[in-house]
Amino acid sequence: MGEKDIARQSPNVARMKMLGAEVVPALSGSKTLKDATNEAIRDWINNPEDTHYIIGSVVGPHPYPDMVARFQSVISSEIRKQLKDKTGSELPSYVIACLGGGSNAAGAFYHFLDEESVRLIAVEAAGEGINSGRSAATTRLGTPGIFHGSKSLVMQTEDGQVIEPHSISAGLDYPGIGPMHAHLFESKRALFMSATDEEALESAFELARLEGIIPALESAHALFILNKINFKINDVVVVNLSGRGDKDMDTYMKYINS
Amino acid sequence: MNRIEKLFSEKKNNILSIYFTAGYPKLDATNIILDSLQKYGADMVEIGMPYSDPLADGPVIQHSSMVALQNGFTIKSLFKQLNACRDNLNLPLILMGYLNPVLQYGIEKFCIAAQNSGIDGIILPDLPMSVYEKEYSSLFEKYNLHFIFLVTPETSEERIRKMDAISNGFIYAVSSSSITGVEKDIAAQENYFKRLEGMKLKNPVLIGFGIKDNYSFSSACMHAMGAIIGTAYVKSIEDSVNIEEDTKKFLNSILKPAAIL
Repeated sequence: MGEKDIARQSPNVARMKMLGAEVVPALSGSKTLKDATNEAIRDWINNPEDTHYIIGSVVGPHPYPDMVARFQSVISSEIRKQLKDKTGSELPSYVIACLGGGSNAAGAFYHFLDEESVRLIAVEAAGEGINSGRSAATTRLGTPGIFHGSKSLVMQTEDGQVIEPHSISAGLDYPGIGPMHAHLFESKRALFMSATDEEALESAFELARLEGIIPALESAHALFILNKINFKINDVVVVNLSGRGDKDMDTYMKYINS
Repeated sequence: MNRIEKLFSEKKNNILSIYFTAGYPKLDATNIILDSLQKYGADMVEIGMPYSDPLADGPVIQHSSMVALQNGFTIKSLFKQLNACRDNLNLPLILMGYLNPVLQYGIEKFCIAAQNSGIDGIILPDLPMSVYEKEYSSLFEKYNLHFIFLVTPETSEERIRKMDAISNGFIYAVSSSSITGVEKDIAAQENYFKRLEGMKLKNPVLIGFGIKDNYSFSSACMHAMGAIIGTAYVKSIEDSVNIEEDTKKFLNSILKPAAIL
């Protein structure tokens, strides 16, 4: 894990250690998700005989994006089942998910991809604003390129050098998106929106106060979009609350005290 | 005749190829590095095109790449430098880097500029063989650029034979499964080198990764026509105030004891 991410979501690190994992800080580059991915691949190159590479997002060389999307697709298969019980129909009007590399969005969208009545919305991290120079909104800032072994949209200079992204949330702080999402963007099957650091923080506090649920900073980006869309009274809207906010408590407390 | 082939037809052993990162330690160091390498005994040069996320490289080349990019390196600026100095050089030149910057430059545009700058070969370790064969091989061949494949101890014989069949120049044998600059004893890889020798490939083999001194260079040359040094050379010109002198010293330390033998 990137050294910066170890610091900003230390409870996740503690949890992994308690489960028996050794957590090695990635010290190169911006010390975040991009660099942790680089270091994981380097470790794999160094130890191919006894190491199996696994990645948690729908990025990387084939077949990893496809594998991760299939594993995550349990999310949309459960959404369908639970919606049927609650509403009588398996199909919602909207599915909304945050998007960094795109694993939870891939999982939430997966079993709705061919259901054209279901509108899919992916919410990227605008960071301090899309044009601030500190953002991770790849569909707005990226161009086609090859990064981490797949061709997709990448935030890069015209010389093909990757631009360091920024998001307050560790999981969205990534300069690319999985190739499946680039396809959903280009084909317009999904709508891509964004929320800034500030907007995500506000949405996290709003959910905490309204529902008593503390969302992960990543998922809080998806929540923000609820205020941006004019839903109809009968719309069934699913927001994928992909993570808990325990890990982000430091950031939340800094915000509340600022 | 492509200069790589010319080299291998004239020299059969102890071929020394040196890698350096273009734009490092100074943006305009390319010419003096190339001149010095030729003058003090390198047989071939691999010019590294820096990339922001060099997945196959260890800390030394990660660092040199980062500094080069901060110095303002672009592929365009490299071609300009090469155009200015190619006429003074007679050794084969290879461009080595990652696929994305080349893709953004434009593949055919890149090939044309490479040919015009007197480049003889290209190494792009993250361009998979199957994609190369389908989409790129005819283009590289059109501009007389040899595409060099890397093999590792994990590469199957079938795949090595396929790479050998569809490429020219040489086969780059990565000495152990590792990124660049990792200290693994290359003498421990004897079985792998013998397996490669026994395959009687059409292309000559050069061994790279982990070659850093006269001992490792000599060991590699016992099993291949020569070897490639990258990290150790890049390290030797870090903070260099006299690149020619430091290059001379470095090449002497690699070559001298071998000459006595």
